[in-house]
Amino acid sequence: MVEMNQKSESFVEKNENEIANRETEGLSQRQIILRRFVKHKAAMVSLFALIVIILFVFTATGLQFGNINNPSIVPGWWPHSISDIDPEGAIAASCNGGVPGCPTLDIFPKFIDGDRAQIGEHPFGTDIIGTDYFALVMRGAQQSIAVMLIVGLLGVGIGTVIGAIAGYFGGMVDAVLMRLTDMFLVTPVIVIGAVIGFRIGNLGVIPLAILLGFFAWMGLARFVRTEFLSLREREFVDAARVAGASDRRIIFKHILPNAIGVIIVSGTLLMSGAIILETSLSYLGFGVKPPDVSLGLLISQYQDTFTISPWLFWWPGALIVSIALCVNFIGDGLRDAFDPRQRRHVSMKDRKMAKELSEKRG
Amino acid sequence: MMLVVVFGASFLAFNLQAYSSDPLSAFGESTAVNKNYLIAKTIRDLQLDVPPPIRYFSWLRGIVAGLWGDLEMGLTRSNIPVIEVLAQAIPVTVKLVITATFLAIVFGVSVGMITAIRQYSRFDYGITFVSFLLFSLPIFWVAVLLKEFMAIQFNDFLVDPKISPTVVLIIALLFGLVVAGFVGGTRLGFFSVLLGAAVFAGAVLSYVSATRWFLEPALGIFGVSFLALCSAAIVIQLITGLESKKGLRAGFGTAIAVALLYYPLQFLMSADASFLNVIAVFAILIAAGMAIGFVVSSIDRRVYVRIGLFTALIATFPIIVDRFMSEFSGYMNSDAIGGRPVPTLGQANDLLAPEQLENFWISGLDTALHLVLPTIALTLISFAGYVRFSRGSLLEVLNMDYIRTARAKGLSERTVIVRHGMRNAFLPLTTILVNDFAGLLGGAIITEGVFAWKGMGQVFNDAIRNYDLNLFMGVFIISATLTVLANFVADLLYGVVDPRIRIRK
Repeated sequence: MVEMNQKSESFVEKNENEIANRETEGLSQRQIILRRFVKHKAAMVSLFALIVIILFVFTATGLQFGNINNPSIVPGWWPHSISDIDPEGAIAASCNGGVPGCPTLDIFPKFIDGDRAQIGEHPFGTDIIGTDYFALVMRGAQQSIAVMLIVGLLGVGIGTVIGAIAGYFGGMVDAVLMRLTDMFLVTPVIVIGAVIGFRIGNLGVIPLAILLGFFAWMGLARFVRTEFLSLREREFVDAARVAGASDRRIIFKHILPNAIGVIIVSGTLLMSGAIILETSLSYLGFGVKPPDVSLGLLISQYQDTFTISPWLFWWPGALIVSIALCVNFIGDGLRDAFDPRQRRHVSMKDRKMAKELSEKRG
Repeated sequence: MMLVVVFGASFLAFNLQAYSSDPLSAFGESTAVNKNYLIAKTIRDLQLDVPPPIRYFSWLRGIVAGLWGDLEMGLTRSNIPVIEVLAQAIPVTVKLVITATFLAIVFGVSVGMITAIRQYSRFDYGITFVSFLLFSLPIFWVAVLLKEFMAIQFNDFLVDPKISPTVVLIIALLFGLVVAGFVGGTRLGFFSVLLGAAVFAGAVLSYVSATRWFLEPALGIFGVSFLALCSAAIVIQLITGLESKKGLRAGFGTAIAVALLYYPLQFLMSADASFLNVIAVFAILIAAGMAIGFVVSSIDRRVYVRIGLFTALIATFPIIVDRFMSEFSGYMNSDAIGGRPVPTLGQANDLLAPEQLENFWISGLDTALHLVLPTIALTLISFAGYVRFSRGSLLEVLNMDYIRTARAKGLSERTVIVRHGMRNAFLPLTTILVNDFAGLLGGAIITEGVFAWKGMGQVFNDAIRNYDLNLFMGVFIISATLTVLANFVADLLYGVVDPRIRIRK
């Protein structure tokens, strides 16, 4: 803000980019992007919410590694686990004329305040055999988030490398790699997912996610390739080549940082897609299998009891939607931050500031 | 090149499926006396002793034979030719997705473009939020909600279709908000539009509630005329703008013609009508609209003929819908339905009497009602994508220099946006549309599962569960070929609509 006045002489024209330029004076590319991202309210709220959800979900029931039948457990702060059953307790907590395992979560309404503000023993209720539903949902959400992250990382990694090589070298390499991409692309990912998931879904969610990741990179590879095709024609690439940089150095040090916007943005889209994919596969019975838990599996198990015990249906759905929604909004914020062409909004306040600025300068 | 891609992809899929499935696992715990015989038989039938890459080529031979008209896809595990299974399944899937895709495109693109024009308005933010929300919804979850609230509770509601005043008020206000958001304008304008739309919606709902309209729904000549006038207004605004007198004459003339032809056309839509009659109705009205467009002006006839054509095309739908509605109360009270018309599962009601099935209108109504839930679910999910894409596409175009030029030379805002903006924004949309058509299968797998439709998705599900390799490959090869063809068509189409891009020869 202070340097602005010193530099302002260099502005001769009162062009319409003045406002944008003024905001970004003296900042590096990275700072500009960060600043744009931080300004995007929806994205910031979503980022915060997503972090809270992840922390909450992963600390609640702790972590469980390895085989579902013989897991190694890191305990969390929630007293129940998904393997505790308590059929008598479920029947004792019946409501609505004999529906077992009613939820005890009840803060305020039931006008006001029926059962006192309570979280109670089983805030999300229990299923028929008395397994705590909160623990089940938390475990399911952990699985979904893990799938999202693994598929995202693998997809971004493979997609970037293939797209970068195809776009940079062009010619025969490009043709071969792109035909390969097409081969993967003509199959709907859910088809591949179903084939893989049906076979290995019972091994747990991590192998499933890794294999899904190997079939999720195609869209991203195409975007990265297009970006590389245009970036490799730029002068700074020629300059680097004249200076004797190797192909690897040019790809990773010179072009890749300029293509990072495309990669991050389509990476977030990939991740929100992955969460829906995993839940859909589990719902169809091609993904995570009982006794392990997944949000999609929970929904498919309890959809028929919607009328009598809706809470068994609402919670997993609400978690899927909120995680996917957060990721989508973060992706939107990132896109706005990386792609300034989209940002053409000039508010009344900006306009007033620009006017004052030009008047001051005369 | 296309063949290479399909070949490679099918090879990949064949081996993936062959190696990941184990048809013999079903015998693992079998106690049958002839267990060994059964295992040997399965191995022989499925040629399990031949390694999958080699088995692939014997499968491929049947497909390649299809090039000279002798297609052979093998048998399923229950010894039915794969081609027969697919021939039954494909029309079902097409029927399921075609309405939803059409609705999603029409609504998605128009809402997306309006949000682009009103960028950063409250309406834009609202729609952006809604589309992100829809993006994040798993379709199976939406489906369960729809079954509960759109089917079960709506059927309960039909027992005594009275809408309570609170609900009327809420719906009216929401409707007003959406319409006012669409129209935009100053604050005063916004509120007057909001109020007007809300009063209108409130009046319609109260009328519907008071007359128990849901039990005997009908648009009647007034509803049809009103909708025809609305469509005329929209078409005129898009093509010439409402200030053009000849445009007004062509559009509203067509709307009046539609209203006048309402009663005569009922003879064409008698009980023994068929699909051809529906086409005839469309043809007559479109011909009338085009004729009116032709006579209103002696110059620039094409423009006015186009107004007549599109007005008639849109305004015919209410007439057809009205005809279907007239069968509703009879349908609903028949034994097969028992007063609960919105089904949650299946693609047709098996209990309909033969004379009902023969009646085009009743069987059509039955199909339409079975389509309601899946169509809403599919539309909601794909709507969001079209909104985001068309919004981005139009915004990109509106930032171009030629738009600035168009404004600078004094063209009206309508001309700038419709002629210079929207036309160019449609270009990238063509690619998306064609590709989406090919991706139908992916969307259908879950939807068909949830709503128990027996289409390609279910066939695919069965194929995986029964380790039925031939059936799996049948579904796969169709979807892969569709996708590749769609890409090809998209490239061609892009070259046709956008002269800047020509395909390499």
